[in-house]
Amino acid sequence: MSTEKRKFKWVGTRQIRPDGHDKVTGRAKFGSDFSLSGMLHGRVLRSPHAHAAIKSIDTTKAEKLPGVKAVITSKDFKDQSSELKPAGEGMINYRDMTRNVMAREKALYDGHAVAAVAATTVEIADAALDLIKVDYDVLPHVIDVDDAMKDGAPILNDEMAPVGLDVKGPTNIAKYVEFGIGDIAKGFLEADVVLERSYKTEAVHQGYIEPHAVVASVSEDGQAQIWCCTQGQFMVRTFVGQLLGMPTSSIRVTPSEIGGGFGGKTVVYLEPLATLLSKKVGKPVKMIMNREEVFRASGPTSGGSMTYKIGATKDGKITAVEATIKLLAGAFPGAPAGPACMCAVAPYDIPNVHIGGYDVVVNRPKVAAYRAPGAPISAFGAESIVDELAKELGIDPLKLRKLNAAKKGTKAAYGPTFRDIGYEETLELAIGHDHYKAPLGPNQGRGVASGFWFNIGGESSATVNINEDGTAVVISGNPDIGGSRASLALMAAEELGIDYDQVRPIIADTASVGYNFLTGGSRVTFATGLAVVEAAKDAVRQLCERAAKIWEVDADGVIWEDGHAKPASTNVGEFEPLSLASLAAQAPKTGGPICGHNAQNVQGAGPGFATHICDVEVDPETGEVTVLRYTAIQDVGRAIHPSYVEGQIQGGAAQGIGWALNEEYIYNSKGQLDNPGFLDYRIPVASDLPMIDAVMVECPNDRHPYGVRGVGEVPIVPPMAAVANAIENATGVRMTALPMSPPRLLAALDSNNIKEAAE
Amino acid sequence: MARVILTDSISKAFTAGVSELEIPALNVRQLIRQLDERYPGLGAEVNNGALSVAIDGDIYQDAFLEDLKPNSEVAFLPKIGGG
Repeated sequence: MSTEKRKFKWVGTRQIRPDGHDKVTGRAKFGSDFSLSGMLHGRVLRSPHAHAAIKSIDTTKAEKLPGVKAVITSKDFKDQSSELKPAGEGMINYRDMTRNVMAREKALYDGHAVAAVAATTVEIADAALDLIKVDYDVLPHVIDVDDAMKDGAPILNDEMAPVGLDVKGPTNIAKYVEFGIGDIAKGFLEADVVLERSYKTEAVHQGYIEPHAVVASVSEDGQAQIWCCTQGQFMVRTFVGQLLGMPTSSIRVTPSEIGGGFGGKTVVYLEPLATLLSKKVGKPVKMIMNREEVFRASGPTSGGSMTYKIGATKDGKITAVEATIKLLAGAFPGAPAGPACMCAVAPYDIPNVHIGGYDVVVNRPKVAAYRAPGAPISAFGAESIVDELAKELGIDPLKLRKLNAAKKGTKAAYGPTFRDIGYEETLELAIGHDHYKAPLGPNQGRGVASGFWFNIGGESSATVNINEDGTAVVISGNPDIGGSRASLALMAAEELGIDYDQVRPIIADTASVGYNFLTGGSRVTFATGLAVVEAAKDAVRQLCERAAKIWEVDADGVIWEDGHAKPASTNVGEFEPLSLASLAAQAPKTGGPICGHNAQNVQGAGPGFATHICDVEVDPETGEVTVLRYTAIQDVGRAIHPSYVEGQIQGGAAQGIGWALNEEYIYNSKGQLDNPGFLDYRIPVASDLPMIDAVMVECPNDRHPYGVRGVGEVPIVPPMAAVANAIENATGVRMTALPMSPPRLLAALDSNNIKEAAE
Repeated sequence: MARVILTDSISKAFTAGVSELEIPALNVRQLIRQLDERYPGLGAEVNNGALSVAIDGDIYQDAFLEDLKPNSEVAFLPKIGGG
C-alpha cells in the first residue's frame, strides 16, 4: 500500500474527540455509573495472608444475615483443566484463571478473593463478609523473584512443571525461554571492552484512575447481560462463559467508558463473580473494587532481576550481548519473559546475542499486561549498560546508539528481519534537537535511552452505516482508551469524503458487531482502523453502484471523489456528480439501506521505536530527583490524530518516569501490602513533571492505507533508563535498582561520598 | 524454499537445536505440515495459538493460509500481546 503521495483532508488533523464533551461535562458513563432497578451489591472477602491453605469456609452466618441474598465460594465454580488455550492476550490456563478469581485450595497472595456476597446494600454485604469464617493454615511466603528461585523457597504450586527447563522436584519457575543469534563466545572474543552488570526493577501497577466495576444480570432463561469497564468486551464474554460453563451466545457484554486500563483491564476479576451471584439470586448484581482492592488484587506488571554482559570494539561496534532476565509473575504463571527478552536489544544490530528469560511465581497478585509488557524492564538493563559502554568508550551515547542502530534489513535477535523502521530517524532527531545541546547547571544531568515494541494487528470487525441524511455511523468493537474513536472517525471521513463531524463512531456490545480482539498492543487505530477503512470502502462501492443504477450505466463506470459519485470518464456519459447525501436520500428507491462491512484478521503491524532525552536535577541533601526537561521522539508511522498520538507519548513517558522514581509495592514481613493507595503508592502528578515534548517521526507503515503504526506501547520503554542515565550524569552514581526514590538515591550518594573520601 | 527461523527455545524443544532450515512450501499451511512431518509436535505448537509467525518481517498473529515467496523468511516466535 502506498501512502506517501496521497493528500489528506481529515487524516492528520486535530479534531475534537467524539467523547470529549461527555467527558468534560461529567455525562460520560464509566463502569461504576451503571445501575439497574432491583440491583444487589456484591462485595468480596479477601485473604489477609500471602500464602495459606484454605481448610474450610463457613458461610452459614453470613447467609442468615437479613439482606444477604447469595454467597459464593470456589465450590460454586466448576474446576477447569490445566491446559493452555488461545484466548485473550496469548495462552490462557483456565485452571489458573478460576483460582485467581476465587481461591480454591490455597490463598496465594494478600487480597486473593476467597468468597463473595450479594446483598441489598453495600453495607450489609460488607457486614456479611465479617461473618464468613475461613479456617486458614498459614504457610511461608515468598515475594521477591530471586528469593523464589532459591533452593528451599516456599513453593506455590507443587504440581507445576516448568516449561523449557529440566528441573526435578517442585519449583516456582514456570517457564524458561531463550533467544539468540550468532556465536556469543566469538562475539566477546572480538570485543575490546566487556562490561557486566546486574539490575533490578520493582513490580508496578498500571495506576488507572477508574477501579474495576461491573453490573451483571442473568435472567431466568440463562441469558446474561454484563456492563463493565474493560479493554475487551469479547474477552469478558469468552472468559465468563468458560469459567461459568455458559454458551457464548447467552452472554452479552457492553463496555462502559473506561477510565484507563494500560493493559490492566485485559483480564477478568469481578465479572464472573457478579454473573454467578446474579445467576444464583435472579437479580442484577453490581460490584466495584475500591482502590485498596485494586492494589491488593488486580495485576501489576512484573518486577525483574537481570544480568547483562555487553562487549564492543574500541570504536564502538557492539559485538555481543548476553543477558538473563528473571520476571515475577505473581501467583500464577504468565510473566512477559518472552517479550522482555525479544525487546531487550531490538533497537540494535548486534551479530551475537543470547538472552534467557524466566517466568517465576511469587505470592503477589497475578501480573497483567502493562504498556509494552516486559520491554520496559529489560530496556532498563539494556539501555543502562549501553550508556555505561558509551562512557567507557568515550563516545557520545546517542552516536553509539546510531553506530549500532537497527535499520531496514537488520535481523533481530528474536528472528525476523526488519522492514522499514524509523529508529535511526529518532536518533538523528535527538542528536540535532536543541534539548540535547542545552546547557546544564549544578547537580543537573542528562540521559538518553531508546526503546522498541512490536505492535500487533489481530481480529477486527467494523460497520459503516450511511444514514438517510448523508451522515454516517461507524460501529466498532474496541473500548476507546486512547482516542481511537476520533481516529476511526477521521479515517472514515477521509474515505467517505464527508466532514468529520458528520461521522459518529460508536463502540458496540458483543451482540451488535462482529468479533473484535481486545484493545491492547496498540492495535486499535491500526487494525480496527483498517477494518473501518475497508468497511467505508464497501459503503463507497455500494454508493457507486446506486449512482450507476440512477445513471443507467455500468458500476465500473462510476468513481468516488471528494464525497461524490462521478462518471469515470466522458465515455460513460455527462452526469452531474451525486453527493453522498443525495444518494443516501434515494437509497430506498435504489436498493435499500447502505451499510459497509468488513471483518478480518489484520496483519502487518509496523514496529515502533523511540528515543528519549531526560534532564534531571538531584538534590544532594535529600536525594530528590526533579525532572527538568523531557523530550520523547518516536516513529509513529503516520499520526491520524496528532494530539492523541502526542498524548500517548506523553502518558507513556509520565508512567515510565513514575516507575523510575517512586513506584513500588511495599510488603511487610507477613507478605501483606502496606501501601495499597495513591497516598503511599506514589505515581507522578502534573506538578511533578515538566511539559513532555513529544516529537513525532513519520515513517509510514506500508501495510496500512494511512501508514499507521501503534503508538501507545513504546513510549513507556525508554524512561527508566533515561532517568537513571541522567542521574548518573548529574551525580556520578549509577543506580541499578528501581525505584530511584529519595531514600534509595540518598543512600547511594552517601555511600559514594564515603567511598570517595576513603580514596 | 522458505527459510525458517526458530527461537532457541523452540529449536531446543523440537528440532534438537536446529534454528534455521529450508522448507519447500508455497504457503504457511504447507510449511507447518512439512515442519511437523520433520519434527513431530512442532506443527501442533504452531497451530495451537502459542506462536506468532513473522513472514518477511511482518508479524502474523494467526498465520495459516498466507502465501510464501520462493525465498521468504519465516520466523516463529512467542505470540505478542500488549498493554
